[in-house]
Amino acid sequence: MTGYNPQLDANGKLQHLLTIEGLPREIVLHILDTAHSFLSVGEREIKKVPLLRGKAIFNLFFEASTRTRTTFEIAAKRLSADVINLNVGTSSQSKGETLLDTVANLSAMHADMFVVRHSQSGAAHLIARHVAPYIHVINAGDGRHAHPTQGLLDMFTIRHYKKEFTTLRVAIVGDVLHSRVARSQIHALTTLGVPEVRVIGPRTLLPSNVAELGVHVYHDMAAGLRDVDVVIMLRLQNERMNGALLPSAQEFFKYYGLTPEKLGNAKPDAIVMHPGPMNRGIEIESSVADGRQSVILPQVTFGIAVRMAVMSILAGNA
Amino acid sequence: MSSLPDAEDLLARLADRMRASVTPDTALVGIHTGGVWLAHRLHKALALSQPLGTIDVSFYRDDYGSRGLHQKVRPSNIPFEVVDADIVLVDDVLYTGRTIRAAMNELFDYGRPKSIRLAALIDRGGRQLPISAQFVGAEIAVARDEQIELRKNEKDQLSLAVSPVGAA
Repeated sequence: MTGYNPQLDANGKLQHLLTIEGLPREIVLHILDTAHSFLSVGEREIKKVPLLRGKAIFNLFFEASTRTRTTFEIAAKRLSADVINLNVGTSSQSKGETLLDTVANLSAMHADMFVVRHSQSGAAHLIARHVAPYIHVINAGDGRHAHPTQGLLDMFTIRHYKKEFTTLRVAIVGDVLHSRVARSQIHALTTLGVPEVRVIGPRTLLPSNVAELGVHVYHDMAAGLRDVDVVIMLRLQNERMNGALLPSAQEFFKYYGLTPEKLGNAKPDAIVMHPGPMNRGIEIESSVADGRQSVILPQVTFGIAVRMAVMSILAGNA
Repeated sequence: MSSLPDAEDLLARLADRMRASVTPDTALVGIHTGGVWLAHRLHKALALSQPLGTIDVSFYRDDYGSRGLHQKVRPSNIPFEVVDADIVLVDDVLYTGRTIRAAMNELFDYGRPKSIRLAALIDRGGRQLPISAQFVGAEIAVARDEQIELRKNEKDQLSLAVSPVGAA
Protein backbone atom coordinates (compact mmCIF):
# COMPACT_ATOMS: atom_id res chain seq x y z
CA MET A 1 0.00 0.00 0.00
CA THR A 2 1.34 3.39 -0.89
CA GLY A 3 0.05 6.87 -0.31
CA TYR A 4 -1.06 8.49 2.91
CA ASN A 5 0.30 6.91 6.06
CA PRO A 6 -0.75 8.78 9.21
CA GLN A 7 2.29 7.42 11.06
CA LEU A 8 4.83 9.18 8.86
CA ASP A 9 5.54 12.87 8.31
CA ALA A 10 6.13 14.49 4.92
CA ASN A 11 9.78 13.35 5.03
CA GLY A 12 8.84 9.75 5.76
CA LYS A 13 9.91 9.99 9.40
CA LEU A 14 7.99 8.11 12.05
CA GLN A 15 5.68 10.46 13.98
CA HIS A 16 3.37 7.92 15.62
CA LEU A 17 3.46 4.17 15.98
CA LEU A 18 -0.08 2.99 15.32
CA THR A 19 0.27 -0.23 13.35
CA ILE A 20 2.99 -2.27 11.65
CA GLU A 21 0.83 -2.53 8.53
CA GLY A 22 2.37 -0.33 5.85
CA LEU A 23 5.46 0.53 7.91
CA PRO A 24 8.56 0.61 5.68
CA ARG A 25 11.00 -2.22 6.29
CA GLU A 26 13.85 0.25 7.00
CA ILE A 27 11.91 1.76 9.88
CA VAL A 28 11.15 -1.66 11.37
CA LEU A 29 14.84 -2.57 11.13
CA HIS A 30 15.92 0.77 12.59
CA ILE A 31 13.70 0.13 15.61
CA LEU A 32 15.11 -3.38 16.05
CA ASP A 33 18.72 -2.18 15.66
CA THR A 34 18.20 0.66 18.12
CA ALA A 35 16.56 -1.71 20.61
CA HIS A 36 19.65 -3.89 20.39
CA SER A 37 21.73 -0.97 21.67
CA PHE A 38 19.26 -0.27 24.48
CA LEU A 39 19.49 -3.87 25.68
CA SER A 40 22.94 -3.27 27.19
CA VAL A 41 21.65 -0.22 29.08
CA GLY A 42 19.45 -2.62 31.09
CA GLU A 43 22.52 -4.53 32.21
CA ARG A 44 24.44 -1.55 33.58
CA GLU A 45 24.86 -0.24 37.10
CA ILE A 46 22.81 2.84 36.15
CA LYS A 47 20.06 1.70 33.81
CA LYS A 48 19.22 5.15 32.50
CA VAL A 49 20.15 7.34 29.56
CA PRO A 50 19.34 11.06 29.42
CA LEU A 51 17.62 11.18 26.00
CA LEU A 52 14.09 12.11 27.07
CA ARG A 53 14.91 14.36 30.04
CA GLY A 54 12.16 16.91 30.45
CA LYS A 55 9.64 15.04 28.30
CA ALA A 56 6.26 14.07 29.73
CA ILE A 57 4.88 10.71 28.65
CA PHE A 58 1.27 9.88 29.52
CA ASN A 59 0.27 6.23 29.74
CA LEU A 60 -3.41 6.38 28.80
CA PHE A 61 -4.92 3.01 29.57
CA PHE A 62 -8.63 2.82 28.84
CA GLU A 63 -8.34 -0.95 29.19
CA ALA A 64 -6.46 -2.71 31.99
CA SER A 65 -3.03 -4.20 31.31
CA THR A 66 -0.43 -4.47 34.02
CA ARG A 67 2.44 -5.87 32.02
CA THR A 68 2.24 -3.62 28.98
CA ARG A 69 1.74 -0.49 31.07
CA THR A 70 4.62 -1.45 33.36
CA THR A 71 7.06 -2.12 30.53
CA PHE A 72 6.16 1.19 28.87
CA GLU A 73 6.65 2.89 32.21
CA ILE A 74 10.05 1.28 32.78
CA ALA A 75 11.10 2.12 29.21
CA ALA A 76 10.14 5.78 29.64
CA LYS A 77 11.90 6.01 33.01
CA ARG A 78 15.08 4.46 31.62
CA LEU A 79 15.00 7.22 29.02
CA SER A 80 14.72 9.77 31.88
CA ALA A 81 11.23 10.92 30.85
CA ASP A 82 8.55 11.86 33.36
CA VAL A 83 5.80 9.26 33.29
CA ILE A 84 2.21 9.83 34.24
CA ASN A 85 -0.03 6.77 34.48
CA LEU A 86 -3.74 7.24 33.94
CA ASN A 87 -6.24 4.44 34.25
CA VAL A 88 -8.82 6.42 32.41
CA GLY A 89 -11.54 3.82 32.64
CA THR A 90 -11.82 4.63 36.30
CA SER A 91 -11.78 8.43 36.08
CA SER A 92 -13.06 11.09 33.71
CA GLN A 93 -14.40 8.70 31.09
CA SER A 94 -16.81 7.30 33.62
CA LYS A 95 -17.93 10.87 34.25
CA GLY A 96 -18.78 11.22 30.57
CA GLU A 97 -15.77 13.06 29.14
CA THR A 98 -15.05 12.17 25.52
CA LEU A 99 -11.79 10.59 24.44
CA LEU A 100 -10.68 13.72 22.57
CA ASP A 101 -11.57 15.99 25.50
CA THR A 102 -9.45 13.83 27.78
CA VAL A 103 -6.55 14.08 25.34
CA ALA A 104 -7.00 17.84 24.87
CA ASN A 105 -6.85 18.35 28.63
CA LEU A 106 -3.72 16.28 28.98
CA SER A 107 -2.14 18.12 26.04
CA ALA A 108 -2.78 21.34 27.93
CA MET A 109 -0.65 19.83 30.70
CA HIS A 110 2.24 19.79 28.18
CA ALA A 111 2.28 16.14 27.24
CA ASP A 112 4.93 15.13 24.71
CA MET A 113 3.79 11.58 24.10
CA PHE A 114 0.70 9.43 24.63
CA VAL A 115 0.84 5.67 25.03
CA VAL A 116 -2.72 4.53 24.37
CA ARG A 117 -4.48 1.26 25.18
CA HIS A 118 -8.15 1.11 24.25
CA SER A 119 -10.77 -1.57 23.67
CA GLN A 120 -11.97 0.22 20.52
CA SER A 121 -10.06 -0.40 17.29
CA GLY A 122 -8.82 2.90 15.88
CA ALA A 123 -8.67 4.81 19.18
CA ALA A 124 -4.95 5.59 18.84
CA HIS A 125 -5.44 6.68 15.22
CA LEU A 126 -8.17 9.06 16.30
CA ILE A 127 -5.95 10.62 18.95
CA ALA A 128 -3.00 10.87 16.55
CA ARG A 129 -5.16 12.79 14.08
CA HIS A 130 -6.16 15.36 16.68
CA VAL A 131 -3.02 16.06 18.70
CA ALA A 132 -0.65 18.98 18.08
CA PRO A 133 2.13 18.16 15.61
CA TYR A 134 4.84 17.88 18.27
CA ILE A 135 2.94 15.21 20.22
CA HIS A 136 3.63 11.57 19.42
CA VAL A 137 1.22 8.69 19.90
CA ILE A 138 2.05 5.02 20.48
CA ASN A 139 -0.67 2.44 20.10
CA ALA A 140 -0.37 0.01 23.02
CA GLY A 141 -3.23 -2.11 21.76
CA ASP A 142 -6.55 -1.08 20.21
CA GLY A 143 -9.44 -3.53 20.15
CA ARG A 144 -8.80 -6.37 17.76
CA HIS A 145 -6.77 -4.14 15.46
CA ALA A 146 -3.10 -3.80 16.36
CA HIS A 147 -0.47 -4.00 19.09
CA PRO A 148 2.62 -2.85 17.21
CA THR A 149 5.17 -2.78 20.05
CA GLN A 150 4.26 -6.37 20.92
CA GLY A 151 4.74 -7.33 17.27
CA LEU A 152 8.10 -5.56 17.23
CA LEU A 153 9.35 -7.16 20.42
CA ASP A 154 8.36 -10.53 19.01
CA MET A 155 10.44 -9.76 15.91
CA PHE A 156 13.33 -8.70 18.15
CA THR A 157 13.03 -12.03 19.99
CA ILE A 158 12.98 -14.05 16.76
CA ARG A 159 15.98 -12.16 15.42
CA HIS A 160 17.84 -12.64 18.71
CA TYR A 161 17.52 -16.43 18.55
CA LYS A 162 17.29 -17.09 14.80
CA LYS A 163 19.38 -14.20 13.33
CA GLU A 164 17.85 -14.29 9.83
CA PHE A 165 14.18 -13.83 8.93
CA THR A 166 14.36 -14.94 5.33
CA THR A 167 14.77 -18.66 6.00
CA LEU A 168 12.14 -19.11 8.70
CA ARG A 169 8.88 -20.97 9.06
CA VAL A 170 6.74 -19.40 11.78
CA ALA A 171 3.47 -20.74 13.23
CA ILE A 172 0.97 -18.59 15.13
CA VAL A 173 -1.38 -20.75 17.18
CA GLY A 174 -4.77 -20.22 18.77
CA ASP A 175 -7.27 -17.41 18.98
CA VAL A 176 -6.24 -15.35 15.96
CA LEU A 177 -9.75 -13.95 15.56
CA HIS A 178 -9.63 -11.78 18.67
CA SER A 179 -5.89 -11.14 18.59
CA ARG A 180 -4.45 -7.73 17.72
CA VAL A 181 -1.10 -9.29 18.59
CA ALA A 182 -1.45 -11.88 15.81
CA ARG A 183 -2.34 -9.19 13.27
CA SER A 184 0.73 -7.14 14.19
CA GLN A 185 2.93 -10.23 14.10
CA ILE A 186 1.70 -11.25 10.65
CA HIS A 187 2.37 -7.77 9.23
CA ALA A 188 5.82 -7.65 10.83
CA LEU A 189 6.83 -11.13 9.69
CA THR A 190 5.72 -10.34 6.15
CA THR A 191 7.50 -6.98 6.14
CA LEU A 192 10.73 -8.64 7.29
CA GLY A 193 10.58 -11.26 4.56
CA VAL A 194 9.66 -14.43 6.48
CA PRO A 195 8.80 -16.80 3.62
CA GLU A 196 6.26 -18.98 5.42
CA VAL A 197 3.83 -17.80 8.09
CA ARG A 198 1.22 -20.27 9.30
CA VAL A 199 -1.80 -19.76 11.49
CA ILE A 200 -3.23 -22.73 13.35
CA GLY A 201 -6.59 -22.80 15.11
CA PRO A 202 -10.19 -23.91 15.02
CA ARG A 203 -12.31 -22.39 12.22
CA THR A 204 -14.30 -20.43 14.77
CA LEU A 205 -11.17 -18.62 16.05
CA LEU A 206 -9.58 -17.77 12.70
CA PRO A 207 -10.80 -14.71 10.78
CA SER A 208 -12.55 -15.84 7.60
CA ASN A 209 -10.26 -13.68 5.43
CA VAL A 210 -7.00 -14.52 7.21
CA ALA A 211 -5.48 -16.14 4.12
CA GLU A 212 -5.61 -12.75 2.41
CA LEU A 213 -2.83 -11.63 4.77
CA GLY A 214 -0.53 -14.08 3.00
CA VAL A 215 -0.53 -16.83 5.63
CA HIS A 216 -1.08 -20.58 5.36
CA VAL A 217 -4.07 -21.81 7.33
CA TYR A 218 -4.04 -25.04 9.35
CA HIS A 219 -6.65 -26.57 11.61
CA ASP A 220 -4.47 -29.44 12.79
CA MET A 221 -1.57 -28.84 15.19
CA ALA A 222 0.63 -31.76 14.11
CA ALA A 223 0.53 -30.68 10.47
CA GLY A 224 0.78 -26.97 11.24
CA LEU A 225 3.77 -27.29 13.54
CA ARG A 226 5.69 -29.63 11.25
CA ASP A 227 9.28 -28.33 10.83
CA VAL A 228 8.60 -24.80 12.04
CA ASP A 229 11.41 -22.69 13.56
CA VAL A 230 9.19 -20.50 15.73
CA VAL A 231 5.95 -21.31 17.58
CA ILE A 232 3.96 -18.31 18.76
CA MET A 233 1.13 -19.19 21.12
CA LEU A 234 -1.70 -16.72 21.57
CA ARG A 235 -3.70 -16.17 24.70
CA LEU A 236 -7.23 -17.53 24.62
CA GLN A 237 -9.14 -14.29 25.06
CA ASN A 238 -11.85 -15.44 27.45
CA GLU A 239 -12.98 -11.90 28.13
CA ARG A 240 -13.66 -11.25 24.45
CA MET A 241 -15.67 -14.43 23.88
CA ASN A 242 -19.37 -14.84 24.30
CA GLY A 243 -19.28 -18.61 24.66
CA ALA A 244 -20.49 -19.61 21.21
CA LEU A 245 -17.06 -20.03 19.68
CA LEU A 246 -15.64 -22.85 21.79
CA PRO A 247 -17.20 -25.90 23.42
CA SER A 248 -14.84 -25.60 26.42
CA ALA A 249 -11.33 -24.63 27.43
CA GLN A 250 -10.53 -28.31 28.03
CA GLU A 251 -11.63 -29.16 24.52
CA PHE A 252 -9.40 -26.34 23.19
CA PHE A 253 -6.41 -27.60 25.13
CA LYS A 254 -6.92 -31.10 23.80
CA TYR A 255 -6.62 -29.97 20.19
CA TYR A 256 -4.61 -26.76 20.30
CA GLY A 257 -2.86 -26.60 23.68
CA LEU A 258 0.92 -26.76 23.24
CA THR A 259 2.25 -29.95 24.86
CA PRO A 260 5.74 -31.48 24.55
CA GLU A 261 4.27 -34.09 22.18
CA LYS A 262 2.80 -31.50 19.80
CA LEU A 263 5.94 -29.37 20.01
CA GLY A 264 7.87 -32.46 18.91
CA ASN A 265 6.57 -31.82 15.38
CA ALA A 266 8.53 -28.57 15.18
CA LYS A 267 12.24 -28.40 14.53
CA PRO A 268 14.30 -29.54 17.53
CA ASP A 269 15.68 -26.03 18.02
CA ALA A 270 12.32 -24.27 17.57
CA ILE A 271 11.60 -21.49 20.05
CA VAL A 272 8.27 -21.09 21.86
CA MET A 273 6.85 -17.60 22.37
CA HIS A 274 3.77 -16.21 24.13
CA PRO A 275 2.78 -12.55 24.53
CA GLY A 276 1.38 -13.16 28.01
CA PRO A 277 -0.50 -13.37 30.23
CA MET A 278 -0.49 -17.15 29.84
CA ASN A 279 -3.40 -19.45 30.57
CA ARG A 280 -1.46 -22.50 31.71
CA GLY A 281 -3.26 -25.71 30.87
CA ILE A 282 -5.47 -23.99 28.28
CA GLU A 283 -3.24 -22.83 25.44
CA ILE A 284 0.09 -24.05 26.80
CA GLU A 285 1.22 -26.78 29.18
CA SER A 286 3.44 -25.69 32.04
CA SER A 287 6.25 -28.06 31.06
CA VAL A 288 6.49 -26.23 27.70
CA ALA A 289 6.04 -22.74 29.13
CA ASP A 290 8.89 -23.38 31.56
CA GLY A 291 10.85 -25.65 29.24
CA ARG A 292 14.14 -25.28 27.46
CA GLN A 293 12.62 -24.02 24.19
CA SER A 294 10.57 -21.30 25.89
CA VAL A 295 11.72 -17.70 25.38
CA ILE A 296 8.65 -16.19 27.03
CA LEU A 297 10.50 -14.34 29.79
CA PRO A 298 13.23 -12.97 27.50
CA GLN A 299 10.35 -11.54 25.43
CA VAL A 300 9.44 -9.37 28.41
CA THR A 301 13.01 -8.11 28.85
CA PHE A 302 13.34 -7.38 25.14
CA GLY A 303 10.00 -5.55 25.27
CA ILE A 304 11.53 -2.83 27.43
CA ALA A 305 14.41 -2.25 24.99
CA VAL A 306 12.03 -2.20 22.01
CA ARG A 307 9.76 0.35 23.70
CA MET A 308 12.77 2.50 24.56
CA ALA A 309 13.76 2.41 20.90
CA VAL A 310 10.28 3.39 19.69
CA MET A 311 9.97 6.24 22.20
CA SER A 312 13.42 7.66 21.48
CA ILE A 313 12.98 7.49 17.71
CA LEU A 314 9.55 9.16 17.89
CA ALA A 315 10.58 11.90 20.32
CA GLY A 316 13.68 12.60 18.21
CA ASN A 317 11.57 13.12 15.08
CA ALA A 318 10.34 16.44 16.42
CA MET B 1 43.81 20.91 2.03
CA SER B 2 46.87 20.19 -0.05
CA SER B 3 48.51 17.16 1.55
CA LEU B 4 47.04 15.10 4.34
CA PRO B 5 49.39 13.14 6.58
CA ASP B 6 49.38 9.38 6.38
CA ALA B 7 46.97 7.97 9.00
CA GLU B 8 49.14 4.92 9.63
CA ASP B 9 52.12 7.17 10.44
CA LEU B 10 49.98 9.23 12.80
CA LEU B 11 48.75 6.09 14.52
CA ALA B 12 52.32 4.91 15.10
CA ARG B 13 53.21 8.32 16.48
CA LEU B 14 50.15 8.31 18.76
CA ALA B 15 51.10 4.88 20.11
CA ASP B 16 54.66 6.13 20.80
CA ARG B 17 53.33 9.13 22.67
CA MET B 18 51.07 6.94 24.82
CA ARG B 19 53.56 4.19 25.56
CA ALA B 20 55.31 5.77 28.56
CA SER B 21 52.02 6.83 30.16
CA VAL B 22 50.05 3.58 30.12
CA THR B 23 50.34 0.39 32.15
CA PRO B 24 48.95 -3.03 31.21
CA ASP B 25 45.95 -2.17 33.41
CA THR B 26 45.06 0.96 31.46
CA ALA B 27 41.65 0.44 29.84
CA LEU B 28 41.03 1.73 26.31
CA VAL B 29 37.55 2.75 25.20
CA GLY B 30 37.08 3.46 21.49
CA ILE B 31 34.34 5.79 20.33
CA HIS B 32 32.38 4.53 17.32
CA THR B 33 33.34 4.22 14.55
CA GLY B 34 36.86 5.53 13.82
CA GLY B 35 37.83 5.54 17.49
CA VAL B 36 37.03 1.84 17.73
CA TRP B 37 39.33 1.04 14.79
CA LEU B 38 42.12 3.04 16.42
CA ALA B 39 41.53 1.54 19.86
CA HIS B 40 41.87 -1.98 18.43
CA ARG B 41 45.22 -1.08 16.88
CA LEU B 42 46.48 0.77 19.97
CA HIS B 43 45.39 -2.08 22.24
CA LYS B 44 47.62 -4.40 20.26
CA ALA B 45 50.52 -2.00 19.81
CA LEU B 46 50.64 -1.17 23.52
CA ALA B 47 50.09 -4.80 24.62
CA LEU B 48 47.36 -3.89 27.07
CA SER B 49 45.74 -6.64 29.12
CA GLN B 50 42.37 -5.08 29.98
CA PRO B 51 39.72 -6.02 27.41
CA LEU B 52 38.87 -3.25 24.99
CA GLY B 53 35.73 -1.18 25.49
CA THR B 54 33.63 0.40 22.75
CA ILE B 55 31.14 3.20 23.13
CA ASP B 56 28.43 4.73 20.96
CA VAL B 57 27.42 8.09 22.38
CA SER B 58 24.09 8.38 20.50
CA PHE B 59 22.05 8.13 23.71
CA TYR B 60 24.07 10.95 25.32
CA ARG B 61 24.43 13.44 22.47
CA ASP B 62 23.39 17.03 23.13
CA ASP B 63 21.91 17.49 19.64
CA TYR B 64 19.18 14.81 20.07
CA GLY B 65 16.61 17.55 20.61
CA SER B 66 17.40 19.16 17.26
CA ARG B 67 18.57 16.23 15.16
CA GLY B 68 16.83 13.21 16.66
CA LEU B 69 18.29 9.79 17.15
CA HIS B 70 21.11 8.80 14.85
CA GLN B 71 20.20 6.41 12.10
CA LYS B 72 22.84 3.88 13.09
CA VAL B 73 23.33 3.20 16.78
CA ARG B 74 25.68 0.45 17.87
CA PRO B 75 25.63 -1.15 21.32
CA SER B 76 28.20 0.13 23.79
CA ASN B 77 30.30 -2.59 25.32
CA ILE B 78 32.37 -1.98 28.45
CA PRO B 79 33.79 -5.40 29.39
CA PHE B 80 35.82 -4.25 32.41
CA GLU B 81 35.05 -2.84 35.84
CA VAL B 82 34.82 0.95 35.40
CA VAL B 83 35.00 1.72 39.13
CA ASP B 84 38.57 2.86 39.90
CA ALA B 85 39.76 2.13 36.36
CA ASP B 86 42.34 4.24 34.51
CA ILE B 87 40.64 4.84 31.19
CA VAL B 88 41.87 6.31 27.93
CA LEU B 89 39.10 7.35 25.55
CA VAL B 90 40.11 7.01 21.91
CA ASP B 91 38.60 9.06 19.09
CA ASP B 92 39.64 9.77 15.54
CA VAL B 93 39.02 13.53 15.31
CA LEU B 94 38.81 15.90 18.27
CA TYR B 95 36.79 18.97 17.29
CA THR B 96 34.08 20.65 19.40
CA GLY B 97 34.55 18.31 22.38
CA ARG B 98 30.86 17.47 22.53
CA THR B 99 31.34 13.80 21.65
CA ILE B 100 33.90 13.48 24.45
CA ARG B 101 31.51 15.13 26.90
CA ALA B 102 28.84 12.59 25.92
CA ALA B 103 31.27 9.66 26.20
CA MET B 104 32.36 10.73 29.68
CA ASN B 105 28.75 10.99 30.81
CA GLU B 106 28.05 7.50 29.52
CA LEU B 107 31.14 6.06 31.22
CA PHE B 108 30.02 7.45 34.56
CA ASP B 109 26.77 5.47 34.24
CA TYR B 110 28.93 2.36 34.45
CA GLY B 111 30.76 3.56 37.57
CA ARG B 112 33.26 6.09 38.89
CA PRO B 113 36.59 5.70 37.13
CA LYS B 114 39.84 6.73 38.79
CA SER B 115 40.80 8.79 35.77
CA ILE B 116 39.86 9.42 32.15
CA ARG B 117 42.35 10.64 29.58
CA LEU B 118 41.83 11.26 25.91
CA ALA B 119 43.76 10.09 22.85
CA ALA B 120 42.88 11.54 19.44
CA LEU B 121 44.48 10.81 16.11
CA ILE B 122 43.79 14.37 14.98
CA ASP B 123 43.08 17.57 16.87
CA ARG B 124 41.50 20.03 14.46
CA GLY B 125 40.87 22.77 17.04
CA GLY B 126 37.48 24.50 17.24
CA ARG B 127 36.66 23.43 20.79
CA GLN B 128 33.31 24.51 22.27
CA LEU B 129 33.88 22.87 25.65
CA PRO B 130 36.83 22.90 28.09
CA ILE B 131 38.21 19.57 26.86
CA SER B 132 41.70 18.72 25.67
CA ALA B 133 43.49 15.54 24.62
CA GLN B 134 46.49 14.17 26.54
CA PHE B 135 47.69 12.25 23.48
CA VAL B 136 47.43 13.58 19.91
CA GLY B 137 48.75 12.16 16.63
CA ALA B 138 48.77 15.54 14.86
CA GLU B 139 47.14 18.93 14.93
CA ILE B 140 45.59 19.70 11.56
CA ALA B 141 43.76 22.86 10.57
CA VAL B 142 40.52 22.11 8.74
CA ALA B 143 38.15 24.79 7.44
CA ARG B 144 34.83 25.08 9.22
CA ASP B 145 32.88 24.10 6.14
CA GLU B 146 34.93 20.95 5.73
CA GLN B 147 35.05 17.68 7.62
CA ILE B 148 37.99 15.37 8.10
CA GLU B 149 37.23 11.71 8.28
CA LEU B 150 39.10 8.50 9.06
CA ARG B 151 38.57 5.66 6.61
CA LYS B 152 39.51 2.00 6.60
CA ASN B 153 40.01 -0.16 3.55
CA GLU B 154 39.48 -3.90 3.18
CA LYS B 155 43.10 -4.53 4.25
CA ASP B 156 42.38 -2.62 7.50
CA GLN B 157 44.66 0.23 6.42
CA LEU B 158 43.67 3.63 7.72
CA SER B 159 43.60 6.84 5.70
CA LEU B 160 42.31 10.40 6.03
CA ALA B 161 39.90 12.24 3.76
CA VAL B 162 38.61 15.81 3.73
CA SER B 163 35.21 16.63 2.26
CA PRO B 164 32.66 19.47 2.41
CA VAL B 165 30.36 19.38 5.43
CA GLY B 166 27.15 17.53 4.65
CA ALA B 167 28.66 15.27 2.01
CA ALA B 168 28.14 11.62 2.81
